[in-house]
Amino acid sequence: MSWILALPILAPFLTAALAFLLRNRRGSGWVSVLGAALSLVLAVRLLLAVLEHGVIAGQMSAWPAPFGITLVADYLSAAMVLITAIISLAVAIWAMAEIGQTSTRLGWHGLFQTLIGGVSGAFLTGDLFNLYVWFEVLLISSFGLLVIGGRRQAIDGAVKYVTLNLISTVLFLCAAGLTYGATGTLNMADLHRAVAAHPDPGLMTVIAVMFMLAFGLKAAVFPLFFWLPASYHTPHFAVSAVFAGLLTKVGVYALIRSFTLIFTHDQGYTHQILLWTACLTMLSGVLGAAAQSDFRKILSFHIVSQIGYMVLGLALMSPLALMGGVFYLLHHIIVKANLFLIAGVSRRLTGSSDLYAIGGLYRSAPLLAVLFLIPAFSLAGFPPLSGFWAKYVLVRASLDAGMGLVAFVALLTGLLTIYSMTKIWAEAFWKPHPNGSWPRLSDIPARPRWLMLAPIIVLAAMTVLIGIFPQPFISFATIGAGQLLDPAAYIETVLRGRAS
Amino acid sequence: METVLALLSGLLTAAAVWLMLSGNLLRFLFGLLLLSNAVNLAIFAAGRLTGAAPPLLGPGGALPGHEMANALPQALLLTAIVIGFGLFAFALALTIRAWRSFGHLEVDRMRLAEPDEGEK
Amino acid sequence: MNSLILSTGARFLVALFLVFSVYVLLRGHNAPGGGFIGGLIAACGFAIHAFASGVAEARRALRVDPRSIGTWGLICALIAGLMAGPLGAAPFQGIWAEIAGYKISSVLLFDIGVYLAVIGGVLTLIFALEDLGEEVG
Repeated sequence: MSWILALPILAPFLTAALAFLLRNRRGSGWVSVLGAALSLVLAVRLLLAVLEHGVIAGQMSAWPAPFGITLVADYLSAAMVLITAIISLAVAIWAMAEIGQTSTRLGWHGLFQTLIGGVSGAFLTGDLFNLYVWFEVLLISSFGLLVIGGRRQAIDGAVKYVTLNLISTVLFLCAAGLTYGATGTLNMADLHRAVAAHPDPGLMTVIAVMFMLAFGLKAAVFPLFFWLPASYHTPHFAVSAVFAGLLTKVGVYALIRSFTLIFTHDQGYTHQILLWTACLTMLSGVLGAAAQSDFRKILSFHIVSQIGYMVLGLALMSPLALMGGVFYLLHHIIVKANLFLIAGVSRRLTGSSDLYAIGGLYRSAPLLAVLFLIPAFSLAGFPPLSGFWAKYVLVRASLDAGMGLVAFVALLTGLLTIYSMTKIWAEAFWKPHPNGSWPRLSDIPARPRWLMLAPIIVLAAMTVLIGIFPQPFISFATIGAGQLLDPAAYIETVLRGRAS
Repeated sequence: METVLALLSGLLTAAAVWLMLSGNLLRFLFGLLLLSNAVNLAIFAAGRLTGAAPPLLGPGGALPGHEMANALPQALLLTAIVIGFGLFAFALALTIRAWRSFGHLEVDRMRLAEPDEGEK
Repeated sequence: MNSLILSTGARFLVALFLVFSVYVLLRGHNAPGGGFIGGLIAACGFAIHAFASGVAEARRALRVDPRSIGTWGLICALIAGLMAGPLGAAPFQGIWAEIAGYKISSVLLFDIGVYLAVIGGVLTLIFALEDLGEEVG
């Protein structure tokens, strides 16, 4: 078991090393693509193993839990690793069309794969301190990606991204240290028992809130999201896409993991905070988006508001709500990464991402317009796309919990999302280009054109697929949510160990 | 001894917050450095301060007869210090880059990525 | 920096630091020491060289791009971890072999990997900061 768990983490690192050594040759990008394809195969294997066994755990160096380094995969982790691999492959292909010689020489592909390795590690670890280490791995590679190829704007964005994320790091570290001081363990499965049995629940709640702040900063929830719209629109589009798809989701995943597995002793307090946070995050994000006029900035604010939905699923803590949260998490990664890739194509065609300076894409590039509409409608929650089911489940769950106001906020946010998507549609696609040009997709040379369009088409097809055949995905998310709500199998697997 | 460390950690945190609120990027970084040191001290204290011997096995893997200290907090600390060092070095390099491209380090005046919508 | 004492002394110091770093690396097998601290000591040697004779000179003395050293270190460590796979052990489990009376292990390879990665990483940072500092000057 331990190899099935370890290989999806090791493969990106090996790819990173090879891509970095070949950075001055032409093949660097292809190494990255091949490595991502390998990771995808390994991730599928992991998912199949999880489907067979429910939860699997493995020990590095065969040191037994809770002393050794544990890797665990339940339904949620395995699905997250698979989606990470899918996005990694899509962006690796797309990046070959965007990332130029200079950035490649500086080691862009190596950093990108390191980031993917860090993200996969964070999803699979079963230990709080290792989670910290994986956060650092993905953080430092994201720093590099943010400034490489940097115009002055990127430095400005990076200053805010780096400083605020460093604060979150310090908070996380402090909380982990205090947890160890209070309970004597950092293994998450072991902590479930230790936190519940701790004689001073008040102290545990304080630590829980510290984790909430640290993960909340990474996940960009209200009122800790300011770094996100300040930085996500500045780097290469490929970087934006992978950040938007994956990085904040690591924060959400950490929130879900810690507040379903570890800190469930005082839900009246912690989950109440999460509920309010979720509502305010949804609203403030979408209102921010409505005020913007840059393609990527609107999308960045949308990330914030969508994070609110996922946290809402966690805060309600009912089987239906958690299922909605998990489903939302998975569908949103695909949709959001895809939207940023489409923004990249539109920028390449029109020369800007300022909505007032571009236009005419509907007539000149109808294929792109269709491809934009699919994830855009999905994000806003139009049936029959994937976002509709995610929103429907969450609204239904909040009504079931008797929280009409929360359901209203969720629906209002969906409405305002449509408003700001309409803005992109009207400005970038409908109105003619201000300088009268009609940039066509065929203006881009064939090779970069298909490198860019192929991942977008595949991701859009997945969105449609999930929307039309939601049943297998919903039942998958239901089992995943069941595992989160009743972590007995998780704990049993880790501590008794089917380790081999 | 724990009390002294707790007080010191609190003092460092207070100084760090004061520095970090000052709006100058370099001061912010020094504040961050102090804050991470405060956190490291807190973890050190949370691992209990004892006079026990280091947990090293004798020849042939024999368990030492005396009380052993818990080595894990120190291991966590070492990792955290190393990671903190790397992050700080990156942040410092970024600060130099920022100083070169903007000519100042006032965070309030760094509006390149988020210009006022009204000024357009 | 132009100090005759430093630049003369640095030549001896660099050699001393490097030998000592290898000693610490190998000593880590059974006693305190190891790849991490050894790598730091070696990086200190080159850092002193960079202070005494400038970054360009230190880069020349190193011959290889420090980032490549770090990458090779990562590859060594990964190979040491993956080696356990074909032998049916858990990831990163130590594999031991005896050649001509000397015990060698994948643990040593891992430590060498850490040693190289630390040298590479630390020197990349130090050189980059020095370069930036000189340009700002």
